[in-house]
Amino acid sequence: MNGIIEGKITAVKQHNNREEKSQILQAKAGRWERILVILRKSKARFIPEILVEKLLMLSAVVSIMALLLISVFIFSRGVPLIASVGLGDFLFSLEWKPIQGKFGIGAMFVGSLLLTSASLAWAVPLGLLTAIFMAEIAPPPVGRIMTRMVSLLAGIPSVVYGFFGLVIIVPLIRNYLGGTGMSVLAGAIILGIMILPTIINISRDAIQAVPLVYKESSLALGASHYQTIGRLILPAASSGIITAVVLAMGRAIGETMAVVMVTGNAAIIPDSLLAPLRTMTSNIVLEMGYAAGDHQAALFATGAILFIFILLLNLLLNFIRRAGKRYAGN
Amino acid sequence: MYSEKLRRVGSFIILGLLLLALVFTSACSKNLSEPESGVKNGGNDELQGSITIAGSTSVQPFTEVLAEEFQSKNPGVKINVQGGGSSQGIETAISGAADIGASSRELKDEEKKAGLKETTIALDAIAIVVHPSNRLGELKMEDVRNIYLGNIANWKELGGADAPISIVCREEGSGTRGAFEEIVMNKQDIFAKSLIQNSTGAVRTTVAGDKNAIGFISLAAVNQDVKALKIDGVLPAVDNVKNGSYKISRPFIYLTRTASDNKIADSFIEFVLSDEGQNILGNEGAISIK
Repeated sequence: MNGIIEGKITAVKQHNNREEKSQILQAKAGRWERILVILRKSKARFIPEILVEKLLMLSAVVSIMALLLISVFIFSRGVPLIASVGLGDFLFSLEWKPIQGKFGIGAMFVGSLLLTSASLAWAVPLGLLTAIFMAEIAPPPVGRIMTRMVSLLAGIPSVVYGFFGLVIIVPLIRNYLGGTGMSVLAGAIILGIMILPTIINISRDAIQAVPLVYKESSLALGASHYQTIGRLILPAASSGIITAVVLAMGRAIGETMAVVMVTGNAAIIPDSLLAPLRTMTSNIVLEMGYAAGDHQAALFATGAILFIFILLLNLLLNFIRRAGKRYAGN
Repeated sequence: MYSEKLRRVGSFIILGLLLLALVFTSACSKNLSEPESGVKNGGNDELQGSITIAGSTSVQPFTEVLAEEFQSKNPGVKINVQGGGSSQGIETAISGAADIGASSRELKDEEKKAGLKETTIALDAIAIVVHPSNRLGELKMEDVRNIYLGNIANWKELGGADAPISIVCREEGSGTRGAFEEIVMNKQDIFAKSLIQNSTGAVRTTVAGDKNAIGFISLAAVNQDVKALKIDGVLPAVDNVKNGSYKISRPFIYLTRTASDNKIADSFIEFVLSDEGQNILGNEGAISIK
């Protein structure tokens, strides 16, 4: 076999050396090189095409440089302070008195996690059930209308959510449940509404991506529609659903404006759902206006911790996707 | 093929370097422009050049109005007004990054040693505000302190309605909070569970929306949405601040280096202290020192 192929190659080589060269080029090079090779053959179009190519490359370089500059800047400003305070103290100390030189973001760290879990706790079940309804139960026209409404929900600016929370949710909590109204609960309600579209859209796509054959086989075996959904469709779509939850978690941790407006921002670990709390993002946006020196460095350090946090979430996401692919492959 | 690759890598590096150079030049041009400021005072009466004023965001809006007026009188002068906060204002005045630093708090001892000339341009008072429906019209300074320490948690302890007090407060680093801590709190820590809002407007909105709330804002920012309380029997009003009977007040200070000889900065401060400058300050809501 090999001998025959080699013989053929030599024949081609002898036949047309130039053609062979360009073939090797095409095989070796990536997409852009291949396009370039084709372009070289038509010289008239060459100049404008190379301009476009440079423009595209410039855009890519600019966005990568932006990422690099931002990370270098955040870490160069933040890391020295973390080093001088000590990572453990910075992350877990509950004393945040930057003017007196006490930099502990423990309360904010817990605050971010607490608020995120509180909002996920109600938004994930609700979003998942909505997604199941839209994908499996609702008649197609209803599903389409709901899809549009959910994307509308995703398009509302976060400051509008915050304002809604401040004017409607906070007074409701104050009048009916007590406290000041600016609380974990208000934050969790607003944040939960904000992450609903992410959960609904991605888990609905995952559910719809489950092959119809699975469903038909299950029904043919005598399982009811609800048994099919619970025992077959949901497990098959599980990696997509987990992706939805992790993405929603990322959105919840990063959200700032709406959270600042409704959570009261006291730098303490809340002792009830009606107590105020401060997240890491709120901490930055609240104090950046007046911070100077070490105080400012501490805010950058808060940003660095957030950055690492989001990075870890993204890694987790990649891991889940790969695991999901393996699962689907089997 | 190979040279193609090399060229590509090369242009990547060049682009990167260009971007870096751009960042550096923009950073350097700031430094380069500094010595220029105030130097070009060619004629005797015609001022030419630019100065930078940075610091307290409480002073910033006043400085902006004053600078606008000053620039229309001296067309050759450009005044850059920046915020950053009192601490940064003091810092930049010391380092020389700004020609005038603005502070809305008294200088700390170590800051006083740095060779700065302080000029008080106006006064500002901090009003303690509650919801208009609050029965109380007056508090003792000590009561205010105890509320903000968390020792008094219910309005009925002060003769008001039986309702928990919602404490509203500014964020760490704010000049208003700094002044409040110094004058009212005797530097004791503010109750950790108090709500934090990061602007005067946000504090006022929060107090206006919560009938159990108490907050502190600049006197100039008091309007009909909130009720300003008498403190130790004295109403927060311009006259009471000027004659010193209303105690919760603070100075607006311009800082210049004693060593530097900047004609534009000097004549700007002179303008601010003139009757015209003080009138502008008064109209904008600060309390003139005259």
